[in-house]
Amino acid sequence: MNERIQEKLSILADAAKYDASCSSSGGKRKNDNGGLGNAEGMGICHSYTEDGRCVSLLKILLTNHCIFDCAYCVSRKSNDVKRAAFTVQEVVDLTMNFYRRNYIEGLFLSSGIFSSADYTMERLVRIAKKLRLEEKFNGYIHLKTIPGASEELIQEAGLYADRLSVNIELPSDDSLQKLAPEKNYAEILTPMSQIQLKVAENREERELFRKVPQFAPAGQTTQLVVGATPESDHQIIKLADGLYKGYGLKRVYYSGYVPVSGDQRLPQVVQPPLMREHRLYQSDWLMRFYGFDADEILDPAHPHLDLEIDPKLAWALRHREIFPVDVNTADYELILRIPGIGMKSAKRIVAARRFAPLTLDHLHKFGVVLRRARYFITCRGMALEKREYDEQTVRRKILYGDGQTRSALVKRQLDLFAPEPTIITAPDLVSPQLDLFRQAS
Amino acid sequence: MQRHAPGLPAAVPITALRRPGELPPSFRSSGRFTYDGSFDGLLTVVLACWEQRLWPEAIQPEGAAQGGLFAETQHIETDEERARRVWDGLLRHMPGEARTSLYKTFLSERPDRELLIFRYVQLAIEAGGQDISENFGNDTVRLVADINKQLFREKHRMEAFVRFEKSHDGLFHATVEPDFDVLPLIAEHFTKRYADQRWLIFDRRRGYGLYYDLQRTDILSFDAASDAPRSGSAVSAAVLDEREPLFQTLWQTYFDHVNIPERRNLKLHRRHMPKRYWRFLTEKQPRERRFEPIQNKNNAA
Repeated sequence: MNERIQEKLSILADAAKYDASCSSSGGKRKNDNGGLGNAEGMGICHSYTEDGRCVSLLKILLTNHCIFDCAYCVSRKSNDVKRAAFTVQEVVDLTMNFYRRNYIEGLFLSSGIFSSADYTMERLVRIAKKLRLEEKFNGYIHLKTIPGASEELIQEAGLYADRLSVNIELPSDDSLQKLAPEKNYAEILTPMSQIQLKVAENREERELFRKVPQFAPAGQTTQLVVGATPESDHQIIKLADGLYKGYGLKRVYYSGYVPVSGDQRLPQVVQPPLMREHRLYQSDWLMRFYGFDADEILDPAHPHLDLEIDPKLAWALRHREIFPVDVNTADYELILRIPGIGMKSAKRIVAARRFAPLTLDHLHKFGVVLRRARYFITCRGMALEKREYDEQTVRRKILYGDGQTRSALVKRQLDLFAPEPTIITAPDLVSPQLDLFRQAS
Repeated sequence: MQRHAPGLPAAVPITALRRPGELPPSFRSSGRFTYDGSFDGLLTVVLACWEQRLWPEAIQPEGAAQGGLFAETQHIETDEERARRVWDGLLRHMPGEARTSLYKTFLSERPDRELLIFRYVQLAIEAGGQDISENFGNDTVRLVADINKQLFREKHRMEAFVRFEKSHDGLFHATVEPDFDVLPLIAEHFTKRYADQRWLIFDRRRGYGLYYDLQRTDILSFDAASDAPRSGSAVSAAVLDEREPLFQTLWQTYFDHVNIPERRNLKLHRRHMPKRYWRFLTEKQPRERRFEPIQNKNNAA
């Protein structure tokens, strides 16, 4: 029995791990029934995998049996893998016992599709319901909605789950239909707008009647796989922008394609495109927290993110006319756009300058990365650089330091042989500024 | 024992900010003080400084005190009633949040914490009603803010990295060794969250713990380390719940399988989960059985 459950867990955790989301934030569920758990605070990463990703939830599939054959998915019907399925009680037991030991914030449950969408969805809902009603579990529950599941089931799911998600899977409808013949955008966007509508309705109702039960209080998210299909970064962030604005999503997750299949329709990559994924997350942050428009980050003339420099620096280099910005007088919004200044230091700057004009020394102590910021700021009217450099020179100086081009090239070559790239790949927690503990949703 | 992150100055010579002869008008001279090391004790010292109009050159816990050459040191007895007066009075000079940040500064256990707190209070009083907590250009204010950030991070790590073990009598217990004295800060979090189970979190380094008995959470002290009822790996398997080893194994299994080897990045892994926490993490303990990856790739391209 124990061996069997261990085997099931290994198969069904393994099959679920490519879903990037592990966020447990944005919930408002208090423990007011004397039961177990509390999901009202910020999210917590209880552990980190050896690839540096946050482990916040017990992220598993109910089963990896699937009637679909999506080329990018390990659990596709035609793939020769071990299959397993949990019972409802097994999932409940694991969740409760992991939670009691402070291993997890809650459950993230998804599933392969067996017999039908509704049949599968009904099982997922039954587990959430049992946890809430029978076990008095107030931890976090994230349910994946199964494409094609009925409106009634999604409605019920939202009553027990903190967060719902429908994966958009790939950055364009064309690609999706090519790689996942059973799926299309229309079928994915329908439940998405349905959830959006229910969340909005629920919010209005709760303003009138406090006792109305919450519907998915932590909202909805989605994920798409990057690097398995030919879309440009510009297309991808435009899509994300549309999802944020049109469907009120809390997060869009980007998952660098990890080769899970020898399917001829897919690129035969060896390494997942981690740097590209990282730059996409940085762009996503710029849109959500730094007031950038998708079209400011990229445009048809610049359809791809620069892998060498972050998108904020890339934008600043293309817009030298806006700089230098004086840190003692500029608005917060503009200070946020200075390379080398993150949200935290921007906030400190605008708070502290009310007391006394700031000096360079202050900026340094506030955590501003002067190595980058120096080309873009003035401080009490003074520039840090005696000369004005052109775009290419600034870029080179920031990347390789002040040395000659020749030594810069040598350094660059050495970098190529650096053992482990310090790529930030914990999308749930890490902002580009390494804001480790604010789990923004 | 490292008490603070490398980014911050270890100890700022606070007294150097005020040279002799440059004392604020309300102080006639300076003095050195010792106290019992408790927060109430420190607040009592603060009141004594005001009453005697002495600018503190040093405030140190008894025993840890290093007397300066020729320096006379005054010992101040802790008085809860007088400490309460100071604590309540602080609100006339600063918002509640700033006052809390001073308590957290105390929990940082930095050797200069007492003077830093005194200095902050003095700044707030001199500011005459203006809230100074965002005056980050000032070294004292910024240092208090940075220390608070560190405290918050350690508190958050404890909320994440505590690993309970269930014993046969239903008690869930965990051992920790936080960098700062953060147990008082995590009590509320665990009390709300684990309302339906008895639990104990023991700080082995400081020899005390939090115990929740289904009604309320109390601080339990243990005089000697040997008195600690259960200290992490020292718990013998005999007192564990019979299903405890199963769930530990399952958690390890989960941890191993949720990893994506193609994305391996140990540097990032260690940055998020520094090695000094590993000894108490179930997922970082040796495996009973070797990890076997699931072969679910169709490599016949």
